[in-house]
Amino acid sequence: MQDSRNKIRTFVRENFLFGGDDELHDGDSFLEMGIVDSTGVLELVAFLEDQWGLTIDDSELVPENLDSVDNLVGFLERKLPATVC
Amino acid sequence: MQLETFLQRSAERWPDKTALVCGHRRMTYAEYEAATNRLAYGLIECGVARGDRVAVMLDNSLEAAISVFAVLKAGAAFMMVNATTKAEKLHYLLNHSGAAALVASSRRLSPMEDALRDTPELRTLVLVPTDRPSAVPTDKQTVGFEDLLDRNRWCLEAPPRRAIDVDLASVMYTSGSTGVPKGVMLTHQNMVTSSTTLTSYFGNTPGDVILNALPLSFNYGLYHVLMAAQFGGTLVIERSLAYPESVLKKIVDEGVTALPVVPSMLAILLQTSLERHDLSRLRYVTNTGAALPCEHIARFRSLLPHVTLHSMYGLTECKRVCALPPEELDRRPDSVGIPLPNQEICLVDEQDRPVPRGEVGQLVVRGSNVMRGYWRMPEETDRVLRPGPIQGERVFYTGDLFRQDGDGFLYFVGRVDDVIKSRGEKVSPREVENALHNHPAVAEAAVIGVPDELLGQAVKAFVVLKPGTELNARDLRRHCARQLEDYMVPQFIEFRDRLERTEHGKIDRRQLEGLLV
Repeated sequence: MQDSRNKIRTFVRENFLFGGDDELHDGDSFLEMGIVDSTGVLELVAFLEDQWGLTIDDSELVPENLDSVDNLVGFLERKLPATVC
Repeated sequence: MQLETFLQRSAERWPDKTALVCGHRRMTYAEYEAATNRLAYGLIECGVARGDRVAVMLDNSLEAAISVFAVLKAGAAFMMVNATTKAEKLHYLLNHSGAAALVASSRRLSPMEDALRDTPELRTLVLVPTDRPSAVPTDKQTVGFEDLLDRNRWCLEAPPRRAIDVDLASVMYTSGSTGVPKGVMLTHQNMVTSSTTLTSYFGNTPGDVILNALPLSFNYGLYHVLMAAQFGGTLVIERSLAYPESVLKKIVDEGVTALPVVPSMLAILLQTSLERHDLSRLRYVTNTGAALPCEHIARFRSLLPHVTLHSMYGLTECKRVCALPPEELDRRPDSVGIPLPNQEICLVDEQDRPVPRGEVGQLVVRGSNVMRGYWRMPEETDRVLRPGPIQGERVFYTGDLFRQDGDGFLYFVGRVDDVIKSRGEKVSPREVENALHNHPAVAEAAVIGVPDELLGQAVKAFVVLKPGTELNARDLRRHCARQLEDYMVPQFIEFRDRLERTEHGKIDRRQLEGLLV
């Protein structure tokens, strides 16, 4: 899972922080940081679907699943069989 | 009447009613009124005086709504600043407005130390939450938002009234053709008029629950704070529509009756499984920014047949101007309607003569909703506020081109200047070009508006790179995003070998626009 966490961190840093060195903690809400808007959410979803071959339902597009590095990792853990992580 | 009277009256009549909801936090009218009174005393204690400007740069939150009324109760004018504003622009806004205080989130402010240097008129920073950013210049006093409330918890009444209704309630900055943002001065009277027109047009009652996901720094979003307080309704504040499913759940849970949107928001909602949610309480949706695409209107109608859809148009300088009666939507889906009550409009040509029906002319607006002018810009003001029919009266030349059909319905055509209208906000091509030119690889750049179904106009940049440099559109957009507010970042970037010039040596925008046809 550490690998997934790192992949997610890198994606967020490159795509939402524009590679900048702004501080981002794994628990920080992207919405509260003001770094993710509705297009950003769709980019996140596309990233998860591509990287891990997931199918994500509309009803799963909620901040509890997607709004921080921690939430994303938790969501992946729930969605994926243990071996893949 | 002063704007803060809206809140005071509703708090007297319905003290225990829910006034505000944001995330898991809720506030009754009594609590809302009390918080604004305490913060008003806090601001006065920090030196905010009658007639001062107080900048409010917060994401959508309870604190943003509280700040609006607290500033008014302190006798000052509020100035909403987009929370995504970058340092250089913030510095300009603070200095140009001469704001005495800034209410902002400490997290947003900490990378912006440059914005606060050399701002002699700015004395106070009110921070949410309280932790002080590392690099605040030493000439500023910093206080916590919560500390100010707590320190003044014994102040039950509002401070003695200080402003009268011809005083400024707000200075809202908007982009202009020169690339220098202009502060729209609105009096209490202007804003009371606009709010009253809208709440009566929608037939609002205290039973209405508005969900607002538009930025409160955008005048259409801000008005929902004022309107809800006026009719004693509940305002549900959402930060954005980034998570449409969560917003839909909120609409159901809170029994939302009114939803203001811009076309891109409606498009997002229409992509979700609307039918899975019980939206029976929803009474109306208002749209502004651009006309809705016909297929979205059709889909909206089939999914939500009980919900009335209002298409509207307006500018910060005069708030809403016109609205399309819902029963006309099928016949004239691309019209923004007819003037709202208590204002008059006229379309004029370049010689200031009214144009015949069917022809394109500049929209001129007359009414008590029209602003007092642009803050500290008398020449810009005289250009757009010109003598009206009554001696001493001034009417507003919007710079927006419209056409009227045989029945008087209005259709947006474009602008008299280069200003782009995207999501209902003005975008100055010059401001975007300046940001592009700041990139070391950019030799030349020209920015124009291109028709866009959802944005009205999208921002498109044509860019010539310096020889021997490489840059892709994505990285250039990121570069822009570091300097510009979100809505100004170009949606499209096209690289070219060179840009055509006019005989005067300027970049030929008409030619670029012509390329798109």
